[in-house]
Amino acid sequence: MTKLQINGQIREVDVPDDMLLLWVLRDVVGLTGTKFGCGIAQCGACTVHLDGKAVRSCFLPVGEIGNRAITTIEAVGDTAIGAKVQKAWLDLEVVQCGYCQSGQIMSAAALLATTPHPDDSDIDAAMAGNICRCGTYVRIRAAIKKAAGAEQA
Amino acid sequence: MTVHVAPKSTKPLSRRAMLQTGAVAGGGLLLGFQSPFAEAAVTNAARGAAPEAGPFAPDAFIRVDRAGKVTLIMPQVEMGQGVYTAHAMIIAEELDVAFNTVSVEAAPPSDALYGNPIFGIQATGNSNSVRAFWTKLRQAGASARAMLVRAAASQWKVDPATCTASNSEVIHTPSGRKLDYGALVDAAAKLTAPAKPQLKDPKDFKLIGKPLKRLDTPDKVNGKALYGIDALPAGVKFATLAASPVFGGKVGHVDDSAAKSIPGVRQVVVLDDLVGVVGDHMWAAKTGLNALTITWDEGPNAKVDTAQVWKDIKAASEQEGAVAKSVGDAKKALQDGDAIEAHYELPFLSHAPMEPINCTVDLRSDGCDIWVGTQVVARTQAAVAKLTGLPLAKITVHNQLLGGGFGRRLDVDGIEKSVRIAQKVEGPIKVVWTREEDIQHDFYRPVYYDRITATLKDGKIDGWKHRITGSSIMARWFPLGFSHGVDIDGVDSAIDEPYDIPNMQVEFVRHEPPAVPTGFWRGVGPNNNVFAIESIIDELAKKAGKDPVEFRLAMLAKKTPRLASALKLAAEKAGWGSPLPPRVGRGVAVQVSFASFIATIAEVEVDRDGNIRVHRITSAVDTGIAVNPDSVVAQLQGGLIFGTTAALYGEITIDKGRVQQSNFNNYRMLRIDEAPAIDVHVIKSGEAPGGIGETGTTAAPPALRNAIYAATGIPLRRLPFDRDVLAGRKKV
Repeated sequence: MTKLQINGQIREVDVPDDMLLLWVLRDVVGLTGTKFGCGIAQCGACTVHLDGKAVRSCFLPVGEIGNRAITTIEAVGDTAIGAKVQKAWLDLEVVQCGYCQSGQIMSAAALLATTPHPDDSDIDAAMAGNICRCGTYVRIRAAIKKAAGAEQA
Repeated sequence: MTVHVAPKSTKPLSRRAMLQTGAVAGGGLLLGFQSPFAEAAVTNAARGAAPEAGPFAPDAFIRVDRAGKVTLIMPQVEMGQGVYTAHAMIIAEELDVAFNTVSVEAAPPSDALYGNPIFGIQATGNSNSVRAFWTKLRQAGASARAMLVRAAASQWKVDPATCTASNSEVIHTPSGRKLDYGALVDAAAKLTAPAKPQLKDPKDFKLIGKPLKRLDTPDKVNGKALYGIDALPAGVKFATLAASPVFGGKVGHVDDSAAKSIPGVRQVVVLDDLVGVVGDHMWAAKTGLNALTITWDEGPNAKVDTAQVWKDIKAASEQEGAVAKSVGDAKKALQDGDAIEAHYELPFLSHAPMEPINCTVDLRSDGCDIWVGTQVVARTQAAVAKLTGLPLAKITVHNQLLGGGFGRRLDVDGIEKSVRIAQKVEGPIKVVWTREEDIQHDFYRPVYYDRITATLKDGKIDGWKHRITGSSIMARWFPLGFSHGVDIDGVDSAIDEPYDIPNMQVEFVRHEPPAVPTGFWRGVGPNNNVFAIESIIDELAKKAGKDPVEFRLAMLAKKTPRLASALKLAAEKAGWGSPLPPRVGRGVAVQVSFASFIATIAEVEVDRDGNIRVHRITSAVDTGIAVNPDSVVAQLQGGLIFGTTAALYGEITIDKGRVQQSNFNNYRMLRIDEAPAIDVHVIKSGEAPGGIGETGTTAAPPALRNAIYAATGIPLRRLPFDRDVLAGRKKV
């Protein structure tokens, strides 16, 4: 049994240590908001927080997590920053198909936690690992600035 | 707190059964029936209305219950384009209901009830959801409204003409009496629908034309939205698969001894053309698949490569094609003038929607439930019925949100493979493609080879011959669309090119590439044709010594004034003609595609190494009445990124009968740090709505190509843009 702290709850899961967190979340715990996109940490759809830091869950064996806190898209709205990001996403109507947006929001919330007023190059650096095939980048950039309290770009 | 978690499960419910019993009325949750979870959550008790309450269901699209709750059934699927919101706005406008109170749900499979009026089948594609359903949905709303008004007038014993409707209420204007729609459903349900419902004058629209918030987005920012890949019916197992890496190959031998010893691996399914591994979760299935040793019988395609593909299509393009359009005397005009001839090449492309192909199947002896996001709901049901031998009525398709479609989900190959695996497995099974399998087993945007010859007279085009060589996707997918040697999609935006050209001929040569299956890809035929046409137009402008915008305007003003207006606006907004630094250029492209009129100007920088930086793209669009203008802007923004990705990076290549690309590391997508600023200007129009979802994809490549031409003087003729050519290491 592996103990994981997911969204403020201790979850005990009977899985191998080398199983990647993405599949534990989706297929064992049933938290399907975290998405599978590439499986090689190239697209960011699977982004979650580990102690507040954005990580790709498709590349993270559960045996390496220990007692670090896992936060997924289902709970990121419980934090002030996460809620602000979600609201900005809706205010600016960022979302199209939405499949990548869990990961986009997790990356954006992690960025704002360390860099409350990111400039364009901060946004580029933090968000370039998240692919959006619908091409919502223009609005993602504007929404991050809005969530940061800057004027809408 | 310690909680032991078992895989989440839900009991599948038949949405069709719910529709038939009228239990759909009044769902309290937005998108209430999108998912098995939500279905379970929306109980009758939660609804506050007994299922036998008898909703007012005047047609296939509208349900009103006794509480006045309005549920709209969406005939087209939501894949990010905003159609749920646009269609709901159209119905709600004519029905006069408060928009923030409506719920929407996906239609069950039925070509008869939910067939796209343009295709005749239940398909979402070709950027036509709004155009195709514009009149039908307005009539549905107006008809239901008229019945509710008549029901109220009858109760009040007044002339219906003295009543009006607004905000889900009927109002008797002289007395000010009001009745909520919910109080009228029983009486209205007994009335006959009017033969010709009175539609609103567009000047009275309250919703259409307003940038309303989308209905599907709130659950897409908190992880609650459910896509096909998120289905988890009770007891589900997980599978992934490998098909022959060589197109058309078969399974030879499978050694599964190592795979079967992996914890969580339950079963290895070997079919003639694929191998699937079933496990307790995707991790077991994937690890198990990697542990297999599979020998493939590669079959006849094992030597196919990209060089052969291009050699074959070039040879095919030497032949005369089937004439798709002929005006004046193109042959004479081309002989009389000093002709420019150019050819253009477009590569294979994969769709790569962010949600990989997947399908969840619960196949039982007495029926089958399918959870999938598909652009062809009825075709899915029919394909499953055919494979299983079950009657159509026993196949329940739970259509889910689509994590991108782009044409990929117009084909049911993934559903068929999943059902074939399910036939070998006890209990429900979710089959998920790895990204590698998704990219290497697609229906690819075909290669195209375009030859255009043109002559000038008095600074305008006088003679024009455009021969398009490529696959006929229609011949496979919708045979009515291929006749007399012409594929109607293949010549779209070519036979109806926007310029006033006195002598022209457009030909189509059908040429199927060896081995590689072809399919519709966002932007379809217009992608190819607009790229070729707008590329040579810039070369002709140069030959005529004219500014590219002025050259176009002179040939658009009379024949296509809406496009001329869009071009003037785009030029103004983009600062056309203002000075630029060295190696920075502006390029223009115009198009009439999907019944929208769009002008696009790109600003691009090319360095001496051939690296391309896209600074800004400006589009002006006349799409007729823009139902939700913000969605129009969003679709163009996204479409321009999709097209820019293709122009800068998109190419699938073949070696030894296999696709060489496999994932986002070698099939690149544009990322946010490369994304240009984008300005979209929507022109107010009272014309009927046009299509928008694919237009940006079509617009970007030629505008970028012409910007590169302006920046460097190099006339690129193929996609993606070749950096070696731009760096001078290679010829055009």
